Amino acid sequence: MSAYILLFIGAIVVNNVVLSRFLGICPFLGVSKKVETALGMGMAVTFVITLASIISYLVYGLILKPLEITFLYTIAFILVIASLVQLVEMVIQKTSPSLYQALGVYLPLITTNCAVLGVAVINMQKNYNLLQSTINGAGTAIGFTLAIVLLAGLREKIEYNDIPKPFKGYPIVLVTAGLMAIAFLGFAGLIK
Amino acid sequence: MNINNIIFPALSLGGLGLLFGLGLGFAAKKFAVQVNPLVPKVRDALPGANCGGCGFAGCDAFAKAVVDGHAPLNGCPVGGGECATAIAAIMGMEVKQTAKTVAYVKCNGTCDKAKEKYVYEGVMDCVSANMLQGKGSKACEYGCLGLGSCIKACQFGAIDIVDGVAVILPEKCVACGMCVSACPKNLIEIVPDAMKVRVACSSFDKGKSVKDNCAVGCISCGLCQKNCPYDAIHVNNGLAKVDYDKCVQCGICVDKCPTDAIVRYQI
Repeated sequence: MSAYILLFIGAIVVNNVVLSRFLGICPFLGVSKKVETALGMGMAVTFVITLASIISYLVYGLILKPLEITFLYTIAFILVIASLVQLVEMVIQKTSPSLYQALGVYLPLITTNCAVLGVAVINMQKNYNLLQSTINGAGTAIGFTLAIVLLAGLREKIEYNDIPKPFKGYPIVLVTAGLMAIAFLGFAGLIK
Repeated sequence: MNINNIIFPALSLGGLGLLFGLGLGFAAKKFAVQVNPLVPKVRDALPGANCGGCGFAGCDAFAKAVVDGHAPLNGCPVGGGECATAIAAIMGMEVKQTAKTVAYVKCNGTCDKAKEKYVYEGVMDCVSANMLQGKGSKACEYGCLGLGSCIKACQFGAIDIVDGVAVILPEKCVACGMCVSACPKNLIEIVPDAMKVRVACSSFDKGKSVKDNCAVGCISCGLCQKNCPYDAIHVNNGLAKVDYDKCVQCGICVDKCPTDAIVRYQI
């Protein structure tokens, strides 16, 4: 049991998908202008990553492995993720229009979020079982949400600062993200 | 070479793709959401600035509200009359033409006319400056600080700082009202564009302190009110205000005002 909890916490902070694995940087920088939208993006990503890690595990274990075509995992996972995002979008639009409005354009954007593919690949490389894959997926996604919301909070404050001209816009955001990564480095080695 | 090496991947991935495709097709039917076909049409007729000037969350929300009958056809201040006519055509309804409105900064206290209390060297932002003791560096605490918070809020490039005071460019202004809520001094008002005679002061101070602080402030002498033949300008709480419903733009108040606080506005 404790191994699972450690895996979960490890995925959130120690191996934070953005700040120590450097995956999913594109939405991390692109959708972090406001805390509200960052939270929406985080929620959508959490949903998709958790589901994608389950389904990609099943596809890998039940289709690719028996047929000995594991070299196709990248394309198969992308297929899974892309269809899953489409499905999730439709279901949310039908069942919860308000959530659909809140997530807006971020849902389709997740298709090209490398963090989603990254989690599926890490699950496969580490030979996680179904439960471990799910926990790792959920933890990673919550880690992503944590990182993007933190950055959005910082960016909202930075807006009001007197930033030197060459650093305005993305440069200062990248510097901020770098400092956040250094801070998260403090967690390294906490969980083996 | 084993032919299976080609067939298995092709079949399995193709099958997977087909399966997902069918699943999605089925889901698209099952979870289809009925959208009124008028909504995207109305949406296309809108300017698409998503400024929120109509009071809805964006152009999409406004289009939906129009079709549902919750919003007026001419509710988009950015599109103006043309846009309202286009929407009316789509909806099959008549629309009343509305006069163009513009934002207007009710302060004329330029650098040479309004006194400063101190030299401000802080963050170049009105909201920040307004939080300080004495509400910014201007001697008149109602006056335009000229640090450009409204410029940041304006999505249409319709505001300039001229001589230390924000000035709206009426040809670019769409009256979305973003600057109205951005100004910490509440200096900006939406006025009819045709009404050029306007009070260029927002100070509620007593006449003497207005005079000490600014050469063009309203000292609430009441000459405009007394001389207006149309009862269209009134002095209340130490500030003259034009009643745009009654004003006929005769300009008598402009001539009578001893401090030039009432202006015939032109760019």
